[in-house]
Amino acid sequence: MTAPAAPGSPPGLLRRIFDSDLWYSFTRSWITMGSGICVLLLVVGALGAPVLAPHDTFDPATLKLMDAFTPPVWVEGGNPTYLIGTDNQGRDMLSTIMFGMRISLLVGFAAVLFSLVLGVGLGLVAGYLGGTIDALIMRVADIKLAFPAILIALLVDGVSRAALPRDMHDQLALYVVVFAIGVSNWVSYARTVRGTVMVERGKDYVQAARVIGIHPAVIMVRHVLPNVMGPVLVIATLGLALAILTEATLSFLGVGVPPTQPSLGTLIRNGNDYLFSGEWWIAIFPGLTLVVLALSVNLLGDWLRDALNPKLR
Amino acid sequence: MLAFVVRRLFGAIIVMLSVSAISFTLFNFVGDPVNSMVGQDATMEQRQFIRTQLGLDDPAPLQFVRFVGRAVQGDFGMSYRLGMPVERLIAERLPATLELVFVAAMIALVVAVPLGVYTGLYRHSPLSKVFLTLSLVGVSLPTFLIGILLILIFAVWLGWLPAFGRGQVVKVGWWSTGFLTPQGRAALILPAVTLALFQLTLIMRLIRAEMMEVLRTDYIKFARARGLSNRAVNFGHALKNTLVPVITITGLQIGSLVAFAIVTETVFQWPGMGFLFLQAIQFVDIPVMAAYLVLVAFVFVAINLVVDLLYYAVDPRLRIERSTGAGK
Repeated sequence: MTAPAAPGSPPGLLRRIFDSDLWYSFTRSWITMGSGICVLLLVVGALGAPVLAPHDTFDPATLKLMDAFTPPVWVEGGNPTYLIGTDNQGRDMLSTIMFGMRISLLVGFAAVLFSLVLGVGLGLVAGYLGGTIDALIMRVADIKLAFPAILIALLVDGVSRAALPRDMHDQLALYVVVFAIGVSNWVSYARTVRGTVMVERGKDYVQAARVIGIHPAVIMVRHVLPNVMGPVLVIATLGLALAILTEATLSFLGVGVPPTQPSLGTLIRNGNDYLFSGEWWIAIFPGLTLVVLALSVNLLGDWLRDALNPKLR
Repeated sequence: MLAFVVRRLFGAIIVMLSVSAISFTLFNFVGDPVNSMVGQDATMEQRQFIRTQLGLDDPAPLQFVRFVGRAVQGDFGMSYRLGMPVERLIAERLPATLELVFVAAMIALVVAVPLGVYTGLYRHSPLSKVFLTLSLVGVSLPTFLIGILLILIFAVWLGWLPAFGRGQVVKVGWWSTGFLTPQGRAALILPAVTLALFQLTLIMRLIRAEMMEVLRTDYIKFARARGLSNRAVNFGHALKNTLVPVITITGLQIGSLVAFAIVTETVFQWPGMGFLFLQAIQFVDIPVMAAYLVLVAFVFVAINLVVDLLYYAVDPRLRIERSTGAGK
């Protein structure tokens, strides 16, 4: 545990982080450190794309069709201006990947947040109230669980296409994707939270809070919720990788984010058309980025699960 | 036993009805079906005529009953996009998807079971670590990327295998099969491997975890103490007891194979149902979407039912517990 701080002088945030168990277990494994560094690099690259990217791919003035299909530098015909080549419109691959990752991460985080709020909320209600509401929520969760996430996401997208006029759908496409992925992934949160809440509900502190007449909603959020956040954090991390991959899959299938805001999946879809003519780098580099991102996040999630599990200490 | 089956069947029917209700809602309330059928310049009278003819003026419950009645007979109406009866479209595409899913499931099982047993038995061997790391990479690789990589390596660079389509198919009755021609079999390899890889990693990790769990139990120690051969202990005693969860997950996975086939079929331009469904989504072809939904739900429910029944065949303990009225 953290070293006892001298009374009156609260330890600084950095000190607290470096002294924590979590940081200790983080530094114990080079795989965890490596994936942490990978995620950090990729996130910085994505967030800083407007500043860091060598070319502004959204500015048509900088596009040079003459430079289209330039291979990576180390292949014959490569151009040092374009480190890993250009796509069919002469856009620098490195820059498109950095901008694409922004969209992928944005959708991933938003979808995780959405399913987290939905799942944790329903799980809390089901676990705390029990009875008919619990049975109803868990039955819906069972049915939901029987269908793979990708199918639900596709279906939501299809329905939104049918229900919304075309131009409105294009505007809302990003939100539709977030909603579709979020709705398809909430069950694991709900189940975990419900299970933990059912244990916590019987404990003394909840009974005490109930006795002094605190509203159930307040008990749920202020008292029970903090005690179930550990597992939720693990699911959210693993869920982030899943959400990014699902978004990429949807965009690859052409039903995800709009083409005006290309994500990694859109880039791979675009590159797929040029696979047979030998321009492999247009599809492979975004794909590689996607895999490194998903793998690193998955490894971090695995580590977090072990580090937060008291049985394994 | 019989009560259990009846209860399960009842549950299955309820699930099917609710999925039908969703498809029905999709069908009737999302967009105007008449609008999608007639041209822009149809008069009000023509629209009203079609409306009456299709029974769209009837109360919703009556329409729903009619929808279910037709669905049971395999009638899902006409595809908006292709102008063909949906059931004909599906019958055309079904064999392609089922053959793909079948081969993929076989590959996944045949590779995953030995790997899972091996990594469970020799957890610390270097080879196990290699397999486990590879499986983690496999989980992080999305299906469509595996497909693209396989196409790039085996079709574009090496030129060994075809990258798209089903090759040459032979008609056996209404079923078109790719098993009987060399091109058909070659065309099946890449998509099936792509589809199998993800399931393979999952099943392998599951069997490994279960094996490790079972190997710690007393009856395994006792079996070893009796001097049984390693093979008898590992396969006869240990593996057999890992089968219940493995069957469950594999069953559910076969269901998700059908869904993941959407992705694989798109990558390999495989003329199956998933490809059809994806096109239906892009062109808002609601009858096809509704029919696909009902069909997939049916596959899921059927598999779940079979899995539940298989428990009884595999695990004699369940039979006793149920018959004494324990549990729910």
